[in-house]
Amino acid sequence: MPARRRPDHNPGLPLAGPRAGPGTACHRAITLRRCVSFSLYARLARYGFRKHATYVAAALAGAFTNSVFGVLRASILIALWQARPGLAGYDVTAAVTFCFVTQAFIGPMQLLGGGLTLPERIRTGDIALDLVRPAPLQLWLLAEDLGRAAYQLLVRGLPPMLAGAAVFGITTPRDPERWLGVLACVTAGVVVSFAWRYLVCLSVCWLADDRGVMVCSMLLTTLLSGMMVPLTLFPGALGELVRALPWAAMAQAPADVYLGTASAGSALAFQAAWGAALLALGALATRAVRHRVVIQGG
Amino acid sequence: MIETERAGRSFKVRGAVVHAVRDLSFRIEPGEFVGCLGPNGAGKSTTIKMLCGILTPTSGRVRVAGLDPSRARTALARRIGVVFGQRTTLWWDLPLRDSFELVRLLYKVDRKLFAARLDELTEALDLGGFTRTPVRQLSLGQRMRGDLAAALLHDPEVLVLDEPTIGLDVVSKAGIRSFLLRVNAERGTTVLLTTHDLGDVERLCRRVLLIDHGRLAFDGSVGDLMATAPGTATIEEVVTRLYTRGRAAPPPVEPV
Ligand SMILES: Nc1ncnc2c1ncn2[C@@H]1O[C@H](COP(=O)(O)OP(=O)(O)OP(=O)(O)O)[C@@H](O)[C@H]1O
Ligand SMILES: [Mg+2]
Repeated sequence: MPARRRPDHNPGLPLAGPRAGPGTACHRAITLRRCVSFSLYARLARYGFRKHATYVAAALAGAFTNSVFGVLRASILIALWQARPGLAGYDVTAAVTFCFVTQAFIGPMQLLGGGLTLPERIRTGDIALDLVRPAPLQLWLLAEDLGRAAYQLLVRGLPPMLAGAAVFGITTPRDPERWLGVLACVTAGVVVSFAWRYLVCLSVCWLADDRGVMVCSMLLTTLLSGMMVPLTLFPGALGELVRALPWAAMAQAPADVYLGTASAGSALAFQAAWGAALLALGALATRAVRHRVVIQGG
Repeated sequence: MIETERAGRSFKVRGAVVHAVRDLSFRIEPGEFVGCLGPNGAGKSTTIKMLCGILTPTSGRVRVAGLDPSRARTALARRIGVVFGQRTTLWWDLPLRDSFELVRLLYKVDRKLFAARLDELTEALDLGGFTRTPVRQLSLGQRMRGDLAAALLHDPEVLVLDEPTIGLDVVSKAGIRSFLLRVNAERGTTVLLTTHDLGDVERLCRRVLLIDHGRLAFDGSVGDLMATAPGTATIEEVVTRLYTRGRAAPPPVEPV
């Protein structure tokens, strides 16, 4: 029988023994180090970007659709605002700008749903491989999704904005500070959107068929994110409620910052609160799934 | 290195309880090379999943490298390499070496050690020609070699493989087999594999576990296995005999 080699080949390797088991200080230190492994998550984001960059045609088709629908939506909004000037506190230019900004968010924030392959992996049992990796699944997928969002912001975000600027004329923030705020809010919006989609995806574990949930999520997101109409259009208490829900953090909040109707600080605080809440919920759901998931297939 | 003690796993399927694995007890010492046989649905994959912490046993106890797989999953992941022949851990749309790079970051392998290890594996598995090819363009045999490399880059002490030779041609199989032998002999890595290919067992395994109906039906060397049947039986006949104990054996197929 071959002799065991010493385990000094990999310094990252924890030794089995009384000081390395779960719950010991050593184990906690390893776990902590695992969580703060920034380079891993940076790399995942990069791969997410590159993975989606291999599907250029799909992204361009998406960009084209988003632009065309932007023009259609803007025409309707223009008619509406010409009939009711100053509606919801926006003038016509602001309404048109809002329209194209939110069209640009559809790709990066996946406002029409999807973007995660998780349900597919749960159904086929490939999730088993994700579960043996020594990294939290939610964080892993978040990093990858941020990379995806960055790619789609470029390829599916810019064209609608340019189309809007060319066809109707839209306003753009002048000072770089506001741009920075917009960028931060868009990133936070992607995180909230991810956290929501992740929860929706995990529901597959409890429901045999996920299509119903997906459709529900899509309706809620399109209606309540500000993607259809500005949420400022909803009157009274309903408006208050709608603007406080997590979907408002996806499109409405960053669009407000873009238009200058909200400060980046307050928008970010709102997004961070929902982001943290939904991610925490997702972490709990992941734990439940880990206990519950019946991994399919041989 | 691997130890199960009356380990069992049952599933609830529409109210009924399916016992996939029952009362499974065995012990694998460091450096062993063990093959796990059993008819379809015997509980081999379920056992493997319990060993790498994907499934929690519903009864009994499982220990790998001194750890409880389902509770110390992350600590264990650094010490165990897992390959599911029918699945892949590689990034479908990206070149093979990008997936390897991720393994390096995931297991925090030192850069120098990693480079040396990668060179070694590239040579041993003959990956040189396709590390820059997107994984979706690889053939099954190439992908399997890539998956093996990915599972071994962090130099685990235990390697667990679920049907690593499924769907491979004779040449690819031979390549994978000699690689596994090398890993076991040179690095002392403990290997446990499941397979339906008796050639794997004959050429690789010093010890065979046979699981049937979720229970351990045989545990011993290949010689012991052969000795369960009268003199001249081939390994196919021996295993058929064991699989069909208490059942009517399928009629033999005459060669044309
Ligand atoms: N997720 C699950 N839910 C319900 N039953 C399951 C599940 N996974 C496995 N089983 C049952 O457990 C038994 C053992 O399955 P397992 O996949 O371990 O078999 P196996 O030995 O790997 O077979 P094969 O050689 O065909 O791969 C089977 O009867 C199977 O139907
Ligand atoms: Mg199997």
